Amino acid sequence: MAVPEQDPIIIVEGLTARFGDDTILEGVNLEVFPGEVLVILGESGCGKTVLMKHMIGLFKPCEGRVLVKGIDLAKASDEERHRLRMEIGVLFQSGALFGSMTLSENIGLPISEYTHLPPEIIDHVVKMKLGLVNLAGYEHHMPAELSGGMKKRAALARAMALDPSILFFDEPSSGLDPVTAAGLDFLIKEINTTMGTTMVIVTHELASIMNIAQRVIMLDKNAQGIIAEGNPHELKEHSRDPRVIAFFNRQPPKTGKGEIQNG
Amino acid sequence: MAEPGERKNDLVQVRGERGGTIKLFLSGRIALDSISLYTEEIRKRLSDLKPKELIVDLTNIEYLDSSGALILLELEGRAKSQAIAFSFDNMPDEVHRIMGLINREALTTPSVKTEKKREYLLEEIGEASFAFYKDMRRILIFVGEILDALFHAVRNPRLVRWDDVLFYVKRAGVDGLPILSLLSLLMGLIIAFMSSLQLKQFGANIYVASLVGIAIIRELGPMMTAIIVAGRSGSAFAAEIGTMRVNEEVDALVTMGFDPTQFLAVPKVLAAMIVVPILTLYADVFGIVGGLLVGITGLDLTIHTYIQQTVNSVTLFDFASSLIKSVVFAALISGISCQRGLQVRGGAEAVGAAATSAVVSSIFLIIVADSAFAIMLYYVQWS
Repeated sequence: MAVPEQDPIIIVEGLTARFGDDTILEGVNLEVFPGEVLVILGESGCGKTVLMKHMIGLFKPCEGRVLVKGIDLAKASDEERHRLRMEIGVLFQSGALFGSMTLSENIGLPISEYTHLPPEIIDHVVKMKLGLVNLAGYEHHMPAELSGGMKKRAALARAMALDPSILFFDEPSSGLDPVTAAGLDFLIKEINTTMGTTMVIVTHELASIMNIAQRVIMLDKNAQGIIAEGNPHELKEHSRDPRVIAFFNRQPPKTGKGEIQNG
Repeated sequence: MAEPGERKNDLVQVRGERGGTIKLFLSGRIALDSISLYTEEIRKRLSDLKPKELIVDLTNIEYLDSSGALILLELEGRAKSQAIAFSFDNMPDEVHRIMGLINREALTTPSVKTEKKREYLLEEIGEASFAFYKDMRRILIFVGEILDALFHAVRNPRLVRWDDVLFYVKRAGVDGLPILSLLSLLMGLIIAFMSSLQLKQFGANIYVASLVGIAIIRELGPMMTAIIVAGRSGSAFAAEIGTMRVNEEVDALVTMGFDPTQFLAVPKVLAAMIVVPILTLYADVFGIVGGLLVGITGLDLTIHTYIQQTVNSVTLFDFASSLIKSVVFAALISGISCQRGLQVRGGAEAVGAAATSAVVSSIFLIIVADSAFAIMLYYVQWS
């Protein structure tokens, strides 16, 4: 559970993201605390993934800065960045498993890159990671031989390969059946409570949000930033912002500019 | 927090007597980056002490991740397999929870799919032959499909996606002109220069023009053009269709009732058949210009003499055969490249393999076809 008294593990300060003339995010401020499950939500195209990619250092801010464990990603030295990479695991929307490698090689890759463990121990750790995501016995499979849900779980095993202290998820349950999605949600919660891993999750799956989020921030395309923040259940019950109500009650927009239909 | 390697001797403390009950006190950070230190140290201590009972005390563990938990479970498993009584002592709740996260059965679950075994040479030859047979069969089927699609296109020209044809004419033709011109010019220059070194000795400078003209128009022009088109456009065709296959765009076409061969391959094949003969003519001209440059600068020939000699040496038959060859080469390159793209299964690696295979297969087919043309044209010309 989030402990606001602790120092934040991620600080986003005045972040502005632009692509050409399009401003996606403007002056976004955000803090993520150790051990919390933070969900970034919002309609498609509001900049959820852009915000996450700034947090993992894939995008550089046009203005503002992102500090992860006190290190400014844009100004970090190679050594600092290398150290931070060990602390961060990312589950991409498509899984992003390397198609030319078996699952065992996919998961073993970060371990062999960042440690000097002998191959037999790496194999054992890989087996354990696959067991965590219920893919025991699939180490010699190629990603192309797996279903969508299995790919997601294998990608999660790779993201957790180094037991990172922060895990990022981009649409973890998109394209999955409800049972597999619920299983993935359960696993995310289990890892968070057991290992104390900080989770930052980008999603707009309501069921997942209500199930796993301890805190949510809601982005809006027109506001180009955060329009609501708090516990998802409280937001759903008490928010008076029509955009938040529309989101939690799955109401279609009237004009596409944030206005909603009555009822 | 202890760095790996630091306080190495403090990480594992032992209490107890050899051959009796041994208590191991583990401390520090048992994580992925330090587990080899612990395993090494524990293994060494246990092989020295040979205990009957082993108790592992976890009071002083500062940090444990899932890999650390794995090592503890392995230690338990190893002790039990050697009939050593085993127990954990003072296990903190956090450690207990992390160990509970690990699915012990998964560690011993055999792989669903076994690793490919090393094969014998004969087996490998057999497999390669079978793969070759299957490949040839697929190519033949595709040849049938593409001929059917082309026949259909000729009967119903309005159904051909002419915008796509024009697009590929530009991509394969106009965009490839600079590199083709440069390489053909250099090819003509090299042939003229190398042949002049020999022919000058006999005072036969003028025959450099004949040699360059015939070599370029009959063989090198069509061949060079085809190889450049295979490298530039064949690989692009295969990669484009292969990526569409991976992204399920080809499946989408099928479900919408389109024939992928008709929709994707025909415009490319038609574009190549239109543009490669034109490119071949360009290559012929630039090759001859290359020879001309050597002729007028190094062989004391005039522009008029050189061109006259070239015109006298080259027949209309040479030109016509060159153009027919280039049309056939174009069909082979574009056809095999589209076929390689359409047979992609899997991901990015398969797309790369298809692009490579498209180029290699194209060049192979170009040379085979050229050999066939050499023999065929010889008999046609002298019959």
